[in-house]
Amino acid sequence: MNGQADHQADAIAAVAEEAAAATGHDRHRLLDMLLAIQERCRWIPPAAVERLAASLGLTPVFIRGVASFYSFLSLEPKGKVIIRLCDDIIDRHAGLDAVLAAVTDELGISAGETTADGAVSLEVTPCIGLCDQAPAAMVNDIVLTSLTPETARHAARHLKAGKPLHDLVSPHFAGLTPQQRVHAQVASNIRAPGAVLLGEVPREAGLRRAATMEPRAIIAAIIASGLRGCGGAGFATGRKWEMAAREEASRRVVICNADEGEPGTFKDRVLLTERPHLLFEGMTIAARAIGAAEGILYLRGEYVYLRDHLEAVLAERRAAGLLGHAILGCGGFDFDIRLQLGAGAYVCGEEGALISSCEGLRGEPKTRPPFPVQRGYLGFPTVVNNVETLCHAARILDLGPDWYFAMGTAGSHGTKLFSVSGDCRAPGVYELPYGITVGELLALAGAEDAAAVQVGGPSGVMIGRDSFHRRLGFDDLATGGAIIVFNGSRNILEIVDYYLAFFVHESCGYCTPCRVGNVFLRQAIAKFRHGHASAEDVEELRTLSATIIETSRCGLGTTSPNPVLSTLSHFPLVYAAVTRPAQDGQQASFDIQSAIETARGIARRRSFVYDRDFSQ
Amino acid sequence: MTDKDFTFTIDGASVTAQPGQTIMEAADAAGIYIPRLCDHEGLRHQGSCRVCTVKAAGRSVAACTQPAAPGLVVESETPHIQAMRKSLVEMLFHEGNHICPVCEASGNCELQAMAYRLGMVEPTKLPYLEPTRPVDASHPGIALDTNRCISCGRCIRASEDVDHKGVFGYCGRGIHRRITVNGEDLAHTDAAVSDHAISGGVCPVGCIIVKRVGFRLPIGARAFDRQIIGEAIEEKRR
Ligand SMILES: Cc1cc2nc3c(=O)[nH]c(=O)nc-3n(C[C@H](O)[C@H](O)[C@H](O)COP(=O)(O)O)c2cc1C
Ligand code: SF4
Ligand code: SF4
Ligand code: SF4
Ligand code: FES
Ligand code: FES
Repeated sequence: MNGQADHQADAIAAVAEEAAAATGHDRHRLLDMLLAIQERCRWIPPAAVERLAASLGLTPVFIRGVASFYSFLSLEPKGKVIIRLCDDIIDRHAGLDAVLAAVTDELGISAGETTADGAVSLEVTPCIGLCDQAPAAMVNDIVLTSLTPETARHAARHLKAGKPLHDLVSPHFAGLTPQQRVHAQVASNIRAPGAVLLGEVPREAGLRRAATMEPRAIIAAIIASGLRGCGGAGFATGRKWEMAAREEASRRVVICNADEGEPGTFKDRVLLTERPHLLFEGMTIAARAIGAAEGILYLRGEYVYLRDHLEAVLAERRAAGLLGHAILGCGGFDFDIRLQLGAGAYVCGEEGALISSCEGLRGEPKTRPPFPVQRGYLGFPTVVNNVETLCHAARILDLGPDWYFAMGTAGSHGTKLFSVSGDCRAPGVYELPYGITVGELLALAGAEDAAAVQVGGPSGVMIGRDSFHRRLGFDDLATGGAIIVFNGSRNILEIVDYYLAFFVHESCGYCTPCRVGNVFLRQAIAKFRHGHASAEDVEELRTLSATIIETSRCGLGTTSPNPVLSTLSHFPLVYAAVTRPAQDGQQASFDIQSAIETARGIARRRSFVYDRDFSQ
Repeated sequence: MTDKDFTFTIDGASVTAQPGQTIMEAADAAGIYIPRLCDHEGLRHQGSCRVCTVKAAGRSVAACTQPAAPGLVVESETPHIQAMRKSLVEMLFHEGNHICPVCEASGNCELQAMAYRLGMVEPTKLPYLEPTRPVDASHPGIALDTNRCISCGRCIRASEDVDHKGVFGYCGRGIHRRITVNGEDLAHTDAAVSDHAISGGVCPVGCIIVKRVGFRLPIGARAFDRQIIGEAIEEKRR
């Protein structure tokens, strides 16, 4: 018995050692090692933690700390196959309940459990970037889209029987090219190709131009184009590159942020699928501009199904002399890119957290200053840019800053990709010039009965019909691109509650206001949903939100109360309708019902005072 | 004052700082106390409790990590900032189980003392999260009760950087982020009573308890029974 256990521990240690060796025992690559172990063992067993610790000179508690940070790494055994159903509000509106019921019925387990034979685990997860084809699910390294109870049940039965996973995509999976495999799983749903990214794009035109230019001239072109970051914050891209280029340093780094975690956003998925060369071209141009030899593509764990496709494109570029030494024959133009897979953590889209994650740490944001352009990855000046930003940059080098500057509005130049999902007939990606109104976009998407639109995802704002004339862009409604449509039958407070639950789930937990405050904010919204709130509670919502926003350490906390604040200002009647005056002598915010619930259970009877129908 | 030194203001008072100093370091030297819980003398700054939030040039920042800058205008003890600090301290109370009258740390506890300093004297409006984590009493000399932990990370930094051990670490994410130890339990770590992380007054609350010395210093004669938290720093200015 003991011998067998020892044997098993040895085998696990061997897997861990192999994972460590694959990175040259580089402790900064801890996430890669843990992902490899998770993939092979289906969890991170204690023997693997011990071996990694010994092998890398780290403490076991540190390694457990990193592993326990990520949703897709587990310190407990999981099934051979893990089904992760997206349980975002969009999927709920699209019939998640029935899909989940079919799967739980077929497998005989509920979400969070593993079948007794260890074949299948069932979990739910926030948005996996397939909102235009919800309900959707990840299953190990593939995804399933537009699920119905029937297709979901079929998949569950298939997996329970231990049949090959990839057959769910296609019986000819092995014979498909990596890009064909991606297309067999996911539709790109490009609804409106624009002038910059999704229309015809000639290969390497921008890079060829850049190779002949001085770095300073590249930066000047990007500044002149007016390009601003597409990841949400809208920082001027050229200025960011300039700052990184100006730092004294022996190494510099370009990181592409493909974490795309904001619920309702999936435009980067489409670029990664359809325009991977353009993205790598943009990264290579950025590298030349700032003098970087190293690049990292940080790909969210949910997009693991894109990994082989992207690796194949990288290999193709290396073979063609577009990556590696002397790119395009230019002596001294050396640059290569490695792919860093994430493991299920929205906060890792925040640039500091993303860098922590690439360094093998818990994915916690970093203290600023210093900013990444000063001291980023491993302490070297680092440019972090969104996928779309880098694609735009490549096109700007090809067609010139004036061409780009002329599109859009005074404060927002060029085009923008919008990810449209929810209650509309044509969900998908729309490339449109900045300055288009919400109403115009809704008309394109077939969302005539839209009653509320979440612009920019949960961290953005929810607006109502009276604001559909507003313009998308930094001058008015800034957005990373998510446009989530809700019709009049949707329950606003349920949506707010879901978004707060999302932030609670995704908070890294580093700082007090975000870690704890968001839990209380969600509980405060629950009072409204249960009809226990008074006018005083509205004030309480505002005060708590303000404290969280003002004292949080990173952008997650400073935007997490937005669902509350934006609905309070745009949908005040929703709150008024469920608010009651405080009852005599009771602190208005005190929820007597939940307070006496335990007592009711113990006494096995209702309250004489507080249950009005007690006499019946 | 060397020629590299510069001045800035906190609530109107002029403060001298050296390049590289944080707002809090400069304030401490000048005898101005900015409330804090995760920051601790001799340990690297973490910037996580946010109780030290100040407004610098109109922007809210953590004084323990934000560098001072020439001419910077810092607001600290405004009613608005004090109210936010109080709210953060309330959150920490409600996140854990704090029953001061039966707690060994009472009177020496920085969380309790901060609540007094910030005027947390009424019932709060927040619910309680009521954690039920097992107490780790496995070690012959030390007990660990994380139900009172405020996640300040001081024990982690002290053990790593001063004791060169790594007895403690964070596990989990978000509201589930917790202090854990480098082993099955404390007995299976190399923690020693003599560690700075254990006996150096590092834990601001009553989580890390050295066995058999409890209540040696009677309640009434403890650190914050004698003075308000922060007074030691403020005395420099008098
Ligand atoms: C919680 C949080 C999540 C974020 N997620 C992403 C993301 O998924 N993708 C992204 O490009 N930027 C994300 N950002 C913004 C990044 O921090 C950073 O500003 C951006 O990658 C910079 O690139 P850009 O200037 O090209 O937009 C996020 C920020 C926060 C605070
Ligand atoms: S605001 Fe939230 S996500 Fe950001 S550091 Fe604080 S706890 Fe972490
Ligand atoms: S740790 Fe401090 S605040 Fe908590 S119960 Fe003990 S004395 Fe009170
Ligand atoms: S145990 Fe004490 S020192 Fe360690 S994090 Fe918790 S409160 Fe801070
Ligand atoms: S994939 Fe479900 S909401 Fe985005
Ligand atoms: S003391 Fe500055 S954040 Fe805790």
